[in-house]
Amino acid sequence: MSNNNSTEATEGVGVPAPEGPANLIDTDYVIGQDNVTANKFGVDVDLHGKVFTISALVILLFVITTLALQNQVGPLFESLRVWLTSNLSWFFLAGANVFVLVSVGLIFTPLGKVRLGGQHATPDFSYAGWFAMLFAAGMGIGLMYFGVSEPLSHFGTAVGGTSMDGGVRTDWAPLGAAAGDQDAAISLGMAATIFHWGLHPWAIYAVVALSLALFSFNKGLPLTMRSVFYPILGERVWGWPGHAIDILAVFATLFGLATSLGLGAQQATAGLSHLFGVPGNEVTMVLLIIGITIVALGSVMLGVDKGVQRLSQINMALAALLLVFVILVGPTLLIATGFFEYLLSYFTHLPALSNPFGRDDANFSQGWTAFYWAWWISWSPFVGMFIARVSRGRTVREFLIAVLVIPTLISVLWMTALGGTAIDQVVNQGLDSVAAASGDLQLFEMLANLPLGLITSVIAIFLVIVFFVTSSDSGSLVIDAITAGGKVDAPKPQRMFWAIIEGAIAIALLLGGGLSALQAMAVSAGFPFTLVLLVACYSIIKGLMDEPRGA
Amino acid sequence: MFTKILVPVDLAHIEALQRSLSTTADLARHYGAAVCYLGVTATTPGTVARSPEEYEAKLKAFAEEQGRIHGQPATAKCVSSPDPVVDLDDHILDAIHAVDADLVVMATHLPKHLDAVVPAHGGKIAAHTDVSVFLVRPA
Repeated sequence: MSNNNSTEATEGVGVPAPEGPANLIDTDYVIGQDNVTANKFGVDVDLHGKVFTISALVILLFVITTLALQNQVGPLFESLRVWLTSNLSWFFLAGANVFVLVSVGLIFTPLGKVRLGGQHATPDFSYAGWFAMLFAAGMGIGLMYFGVSEPLSHFGTAVGGTSMDGGVRTDWAPLGAAAGDQDAAISLGMAATIFHWGLHPWAIYAVVALSLALFSFNKGLPLTMRSVFYPILGERVWGWPGHAIDILAVFATLFGLATSLGLGAQQATAGLSHLFGVPGNEVTMVLLIIGITIVALGSVMLGVDKGVQRLSQINMALAALLLVFVILVGPTLLIATGFFEYLLSYFTHLPALSNPFGRDDANFSQGWTAFYWAWWISWSPFVGMFIARVSRGRTVREFLIAVLVIPTLISVLWMTALGGTAIDQVVNQGLDSVAAASGDLQLFEMLANLPLGLITSVIAIFLVIVFFVTSSDSGSLVIDAITAGGKVDAPKPQRMFWAIIEGAIAIALLLGGGLSALQAMAVSAGFPFTLVLLVACYSIIKGLMDEPRGA
Repeated sequence: MFTKILVPVDLAHIEALQRSLSTTADLARHYGAAVCYLGVTATTPGTVARSPEEYEAKLKAFAEEQGRIHGQPATAKCVSSPDPVVDLDDHILDAIHAVDADLVVMATHLPKHLDAVVPAHGGKIAAHTDVSVFLVRPA
């Protein structure tokens, strides 16, 4: 149970126990003042009229347009994505570097002593529960998909060397590649993978989460994206500029989730048909999405404490089991030494990999890095808001270490274990099945080459599915909070509504074939959000400066 | 018959609680029972208060005001939760033991079809506790 801060007021000394000094922002805005409360068809609702209505309409319109005009809309969004990631890759790369510098820098400044929720606030969740939720919401699914395929891919392109056509590099290798040098190629490939799953993505999440937590728990503003803009826009955040920011956040969150749900269903179906010969068709995928949505619905009904937290912990336990298994039965020594070697390689290559200007490796820096950054950023309102909600009572320093440093180290271990094992199979054992398989099957091929392949593959599929459930349920909670004007105690049917809508959109677009258009759209939302995040960096520092600091 | 009455209240919807509040006052006077008003609030800023401490202060003031109305000793108990909508039932059940209540008086709505999916809090409390529960329906 999480009933902290429980005090029997008048039976004690009579003074309400304070949570310690915090610097509230003085505003006349009452949370929920723009909300519409009604009882329609026996269902109570409590919603922010404008944010809810416009987001719902825009989403509906988008889904209908994408389905109806697929051939026109698809290429349009696709070219928008290509244009953004190729012409503005410097912006994404530079922005992400700013986020890393700010969040790493804050760990070492006295501002790190500020406690979220006031100086005497106590944490709502244990370290284990808190950390499991951070990780499951933040990366989970991607680690399953890319854990094997990305290291293999970078290793393959790096060892293949560079190729030029008309003065432009046509290979996909990171940096200057490592033609013919197997060891250097492995090292570079792992460094590039860790780069995409290390400090940068977590710094993006940390910035969003920290800004939201600070302005909500310490400044007393509602838990929505608009609150972060208060230092710049002042009271105007309660008007249309604020509505626009929140609508953008809903849009990015819902479409990011629906896309992942669709793509995840494709991967899980591929795994199931590979293992058991289940027909890999649309019926299976739709059934999977319905199943995932039903479980997510149950989890949403049980709330953060009993639903999301427990699922995340099951998830982490299973993932840890899989990780330990791969380390033990795989090339144990290679993984153990590789962990430190690749970590070192990551830091050695970090300046070159994160350099936003004058890159020769356009395919890699735009096609991989900029795409990843845009993708993480478009996910950030969702992950960040969820992380914020469960982080009350932590100090800024504790928060940043837990959100930035520990997940990075776990990502390194995960990538080393799964990717390292796969590379070992290809390079040292001459097993080509892993390299030859398609992206969504590489994990299963790698596991099949180890003992107990069937059991571990089943666990892997199960993990993919549970990771989706945890993303889906925490996503519904986030969207519900934004569309309810920052109220987390809005009636329960609302969050159920969003969980169902997510599943419905995923099914509609999967059947209609609009998933790639949607993915392109979600990534495009990363661009305006990079601006939002840069503002958030400024707001965090400004907000922390006038907070009282602990001893 | 009863010595301690627990009254879960939602400060954002006082108008909906009037009937249960007057029932509480009458029962408290009749049995000479002490009353504890329970509030469950979110850790994030909400409509009533911008921090759990502010909520607690308001709840205390509310309890004192109610105590003046019925003349029996009134206390306030405030619990903050990251997800109050869902955890409300558990917090009420915990509070029954924590304050050693022997009667719970709470407002509830009329039965409706949606109850199958989202059950009413009052019914759930009655099903999960050994103390008496008085559910007050709207007129």
